[in-house]
Amino acid sequence: MRIAVDAEACVGSGLCALATPEVFDQDDTDGSVVLLAAEPPPEFFDAVRDAIESCPVKAISMAGHQE
Amino acid sequence: MTMSTEPPALPTRRMNPWDPPAELAGFRAREPIRRLRYPDGHVGWLVTSHSLARSVLADPRFSARSELKRAPVARPGVDLFFGVPALPGWLVDMDAPEHTRIRRQLAGRFTAHRMRELKPQIEQLVEDHLAAMARSKPPIDLVEAFALPVPSLTICELLGVPYGERADFQRNSATLFRLEASVDDAAKAMEHLNGLLRGLVEHKRGRPSDDLLSMLVTDGTLSTEEIAGVGVLLLTAGHETTANSLSLGTFALLSHPDQLARLKADPSLVDNTVEELLRYLTIFHFGVPRTPVVDVEIAGQRLRAGESVTVSLPAANRDPEHFDEPDRLDLSRRTTGHLAFGYGIHQCIGQNLARIEMRIALQALFRRFPDLALAVPPTEVPVSTDMGIYGVHRLPVTW
Ligand code: HEM
Ligand code: SF4
Repeated sequence: MRIAVDAEACVGSGLCALATPEVFDQDDTDGSVVLLAAEPPPEFFDAVRDAIESCPVKAISMAGHQE
Repeated sequence: MTMSTEPPALPTRRMNPWDPPAELAGFRAREPIRRLRYPDGHVGWLVTSHSLARSVLADPRFSARSELKRAPVARPGVDLFFGVPALPGWLVDMDAPEHTRIRRQLAGRFTAHRMRELKPQIEQLVEDHLAAMARSKPPIDLVEAFALPVPSLTICELLGVPYGERADFQRNSATLFRLEASVDDAAKAMEHLNGLLRGLVEHKRGRPSDDLLSMLVTDGTLSTEEIAGVGVLLLTAGHETTANSLSLGTFALLSHPDQLARLKADPSLVDNTVEELLRYLTIFHFGVPRTPVVDVEIAGQRLRAGESVTVSLPAANRDPEHFDEPDRLDLSRRTTGHLAFGYGIHQCIGQNLARIEMRIALQALFRRFPDLALAVPPTEVPVSTDMGIYGVHRLPVTW
């Protein structure tokens, strides 16, 4: 699984970073998303899918993934 | 097209404290976007399904500007906020890019890691209040002893508002949320809160410290008026909401003993318990207002520019298309995508603060008082259907 974030679109809700701090963090100045792991290990796949589904501005996306 | 029958007003009558007005389910099943009559006679729209709620709230053609907003329930005091330009700093009433400018200033102070850093402080607050409760003689009002002071103190600390001001700001903030409040009452409450915050901003100009208001002052991007406005918004939105979620959430758990037993047996359920309570109770019970700025076609309906739209968050959070058996409180269900904090660019900026406060507070409450019980029959708990935010006025408990 390879993920990408759009920090411009992000509104800093922090949903992703609270649920999965191993993969997502937030910038201290404007709260925008910071991707810590673009290719997270499989144990985070479900959490990343949840983050993709819950992000209020669809700023997280998945490019090609292997089950 | 002519309407044969007059469109309904927003249903507000609840059959019990938990479920949204029953008519909403019928609307959602038959016409997830349908015409709605507003108290002033305007005919706008009501959105009740989860998918349409998300589409509307994510769509920049639907404005959040207060000039265009209209309350779906009679609420005279709202004239202070709706139908007029956004008050300085009130990002909830703005569109991009004005909204973006203020949101970016604030979001850095509400990041997940900052909220996690607040944990020890909140844990201490919670312990102190529970200890004081333990020393008092039951029955007591859980709202006054616990559910209100914990979020109030937390937001005061974060903003840098002296807690000594609480009696005043709690009263004035409650006035703003009261449906019956007149424009005059609301204006007075607002003037008081603005005065308090303006004074604090001036004070912090001289000697800034580590709090959010000081940071905004030092940064210099926002004007004094804007910082004071942001302060009022965060102070009012930051304690009333979380306090109601906590007290209503406790009431819900005490009334669903099978679910509460699961939480007591497995405290690690608390994170999902909080999400499920937020979904199940959805305290923004009248939804959120939006207005299309151009004609929009959505789900076969044609909305004209300027027609008011109410997005019913409680109806969306009970949509069976998104949640299995949505009317059941189930602490281990999948809650992903619930809309209790809204959706789109205005999604609650304080959500992770609320989450962390609720997780700590609920876990500690039932650890310290495993025998906590209602001190009155459930039908005698005064629920706040008379407020802009749903909750309970008092929660008499014993142990
Ligand atoms: C359980 C508690 C809470 C609930 C259910 C809640 C709910 C909401 C909802 C539904 C919105 C979206 C409004 C809209 O789209 O028009 C919102 C926005 C907002 N909330 Fe909360 N909230 C809670 C706690 C808090 C806290 C603790 C704070 C402050 C520390 C806060 C500050 C705000 C602000 C400033 C906005 C406007 C954000 C924007 O327009 O970008 N809320 N909240
Ligand atoms: S969930 Fe979306 S909006 Fe929220 S911080 Fe993550 S990327 Fe940004």
